[in-house]
Amino acid sequence: MAKVLVYTELNKGNVKPVTLEILGKLVGQEVEVAVIGDLGDDQVKVLGEYGAAKVHKLKGDNLDKYSPEGYSNALKAFIASGAYDYVFAGATSAGKDFIPRLAAKFEAGVASDCVNFLFEGDAFAGTRPLFAGKCLAKVELQGPKPHFVTVRPNALGMPESTTAGAGAASESEVQAGEIRAAIKEIVAAASEKVDLTEANIIVSGGRAMKNPENFKILNDLADVIGATVGASRAAVDSGYAAPDMQVGQTGKTVSPSLYIACGISGAIQHLAGMRTSKVIVAINTDPDAPIFTKADYGIVGDLYKIVPLLQEEFKKILA
Amino acid sequence: MNFDLSQEQKEMRELALKFAKNEMIPIARELDEKEEFPAEIIKKAWEIGFVNTCIPTEYGGNGFTLLDAVTIAESVSYGCMGMFTSIMCNDLALTPIVVGGSHEQKEKFLRPFTESPKLASFCLTEPGHGSDAAGIQTTIKDGGDHWILNGEKMWITNAGYADLFTVYCTTDPTLKHKGISCVIVEAGTEGIILGKKEEKMGQRCSDTRGIRFENVKVPKENMLGNPGDGWKIAMATLNHSRPLVASISLGGAQRAMELSISYAKERKQFGVPIAKHQAIQFMIAEMAIKIEATRLLIQKAAWLTDNNLPSAKEASAAKAFAADSCMQITTDAVQIYGGYGYSREYPVEKIMRDAKLIQIYEGTSQIQRLVIAREVIGRD
Amino acid sequence: MNIFVCVKQVPDTETKIQPNGDGTFIETSSIKWIMNPYDEFAVEQALLTKAANAGSTVTVVRVGGVKDTEALRTALAMGADDAILVEAEDNLDSYSIAKALKGGIEKSANRPDLILCGKQAIDDDCLQVPQILAEMMDLPSVAVIVGFEQNGDIVTVKREVEGGALEVYEVKTPCVLATNKGINTPRYASLPGIMKAKRKPLQQLTLADVGVSADDRRVKYSNFALPPEKPAGKKFDAMDEAAAAGIVAEVVGLLRNEAKVI
Repeated sequence: MAKVLVYTELNKGNVKPVTLEILGKLVGQEVEVAVIGDLGDDQVKVLGEYGAAKVHKLKGDNLDKYSPEGYSNALKAFIASGAYDYVFAGATSAGKDFIPRLAAKFEAGVASDCVNFLFEGDAFAGTRPLFAGKCLAKVELQGPKPHFVTVRPNALGMPESTTAGAGAASESEVQAGEIRAAIKEIVAAASEKVDLTEANIIVSGGRAMKNPENFKILNDLADVIGATVGASRAAVDSGYAAPDMQVGQTGKTVSPSLYIACGISGAIQHLAGMRTSKVIVAINTDPDAPIFTKADYGIVGDLYKIVPLLQEEFKKILA
Repeated sequence: MNFDLSQEQKEMRELALKFAKNEMIPIARELDEKEEFPAEIIKKAWEIGFVNTCIPTEYGGNGFTLLDAVTIAESVSYGCMGMFTSIMCNDLALTPIVVGGSHEQKEKFLRPFTESPKLASFCLTEPGHGSDAAGIQTTIKDGGDHWILNGEKMWITNAGYADLFTVYCTTDPTLKHKGISCVIVEAGTEGIILGKKEEKMGQRCSDTRGIRFENVKVPKENMLGNPGDGWKIAMATLNHSRPLVASISLGGAQRAMELSISYAKERKQFGVPIAKHQAIQFMIAEMAIKIEATRLLIQKAAWLTDNNLPSAKEASAAKAFAADSCMQITTDAVQIYGGYGYSREYPVEKIMRDAKLIQIYEGTSQIQRLVIAREVIGRD
Repeated sequence: MNIFVCVKQVPDTETKIQPNGDGTFIETSSIKWIMNPYDEFAVEQALLTKAANAGSTVTVVRVGGVKDTEALRTALAMGADDAILVEAEDNLDSYSIAKALKGGIEKSANRPDLILCGKQAIDDDCLQVPQILAEMMDLPSVAVIVGFEQNGDIVTVKREVEGGALEVYEVKTPCVLATNKGINTPRYASLPGIMKAKRKPLQQLTLADVGVSADDRRVKYSNFALPPEKPAGKKFDAMDEAAAAGIVAEVVGLLRNEAKVI
């Protein structure tokens, strides 16, 4: 059994789901959780339900805002005193940033952005993607302990069942130490939509949109999932969408993680613009539409019924 | 024998390809459809150093060898042959000054091109004299303290934007090539009348016009060498320009082949990608053979010129072979794309239209063969 | 100002990646090497900072193989003044690389005022080296920066985090900054730059010279493999309105749990 500390981040007071994904995979190890700042009793309870033996709330000055030095300094002494074998964190913006600094304080290594892992006895063995995901490799850590691991959110999946731990909460005092790079302000994300060529998620409309007004249902869906809206040449030629929305041979070439094609037949010119999309969902009333040969998930149906249903379902799952 | 490019030449080639892919290809279709002059591209190309490869270091240039220049030319042309024609036109116009000008002329006329992205045009062809270049009728007469230039030139690249014209003219048309002289005419001189931009089949972004010279006063010091030296200067220029022009074809051919291969791997007919069908494979193999041969011909011609060895035969061979091969390759590229190849939405038909011009300008493929025949058979 | 830029040489993005015969790494025989794209932004930021601070120098540092030196030559051709190359295999882990970079930087005659890196290398995608380097050198660090302003020895940088929000940091030099795409538009090298590059000083060191050995490896890789084939596309019939809601729910579930794109 390895002694593992899982660092958890919060989103509006709630433990981020990646923490629970990690806890789910650590069943069988001696697991404790640490958070910087306060944590509500209900969240402590959740952590306990997912297997945390102890939940440490780490408090100190100058830790209300994130800083790579502050967070890594704060955790250093705490971790050292706990003699942990492993320290896990989600590969979030903060996790990816301060965990390497923290590990370097121990002259220890980090297996970053793992998409899977298991313990072979007491030893961690992970899987991580390299070369922009074109390749996977097994990753192991060696050298001074503790060993550090960051885990990609949503890669492990939520555990199907949970094994409860004691979930005993406690508070500890930590020092942020000298902070030389500090946040002066936080600027909220711009509300303008990401350009099609940079978008991670795209919802596109085709000839079946029938008029520009109908694009509203695609915009509504896009707002829920943070997508950019595109169009096929047929839609643009018919005046349903602006030319700069066109995806295809004469139009933009896009490479999102998710492409949802609504009422698009999948002519070769359109495919030329979006075929490198990681996952393609197609909605079309014609079961023989060429787009279905490229789609990972094809829904034979009326987009005017399906798109609102998708919007509802996404809203639920992203809440 | 070392067939390898130097480390620097490889890096220059990589840089040129990067420029072609990032800057030129994304706008090539638009400039072609609108027949729009690639002013921004020329400016950026000039900043990187792709323009005026002929200018020696003594006059502010980069001192490239011809081998350096053809390596760059092939890779920039990969982006768009029309844009590169506009770029290399400077070399066509300035090389006569490099080979036939005095030190003062080189200082006066070459250096400004290294200080800002100016353009130049090279004026030889006339409405009635193309292949029969020795028969040009544009005259130059002694006007006392200046020359007086009269005549009409045709198919002049960059004419609408040139700051400088290198003009071939004759003191006496009956003397044919012995009477030909070469003068530098600055844009804005009174009597230069530009024609309208010609509407062409391809290389449509390149500005091509007729020019009339009506009693244009040319300073005496603007003549390269002496009256009658023009033909010699022109011939020396061709040994530099023909391999360069051949490289334009090579760049276009390379692009056409790569597009054909990627399309053939994607397009399925009869249940398999068409790249599996021998008919397609043979067309692509022909492309590969021609491209390899073209490149070697160009490199050898450039090497000969750089080493001051006779290169007329090789330069003409490179130009003829490159131009004719590119025409065949781009035609086959359209064929491989089938119906989609005929559509302007797909990039190959433009390259085919662009390719045709190279068989015509800088000495037609037929004139090249005359030159080669004369070289190998002998002049009697 | 003495500005240092850390660059890595990586396989071109178009490269087809294949695990090698025994799964210990990828096949490298036919790889075209380029400068790590994120490092281009770092080199550009270094050159912009040099231009804004008279008398500055830009030194580019790389840990890697000597056979191909594209990354260093590109940086020199863009305008860097000199280079330091610590000779090593191209698949060291982040800890070793950071330690070697530190060693290389310390061998320079110049004390660093600013160290710039790309936020990640597109071969191992670890996003660790800038932070480890900063910790080893006891310097502050800000990573994933998309904005940079300098006022004397204070730099104000914008760090991009989840959701597109920006954390604005003020930090005193010397510091380590890791650049993201969008902070600037990297210039093209120039042809004269390429020719001048070969005359610029290049200091070549070994790992032993900078105190790095095999004992410094912290992360071990094995079993390189291609990702599993995408499963065949699934098609659902949702023409019947009654079935539609259920099918949509199922697809969304698959997008989250199977495809992992939501």
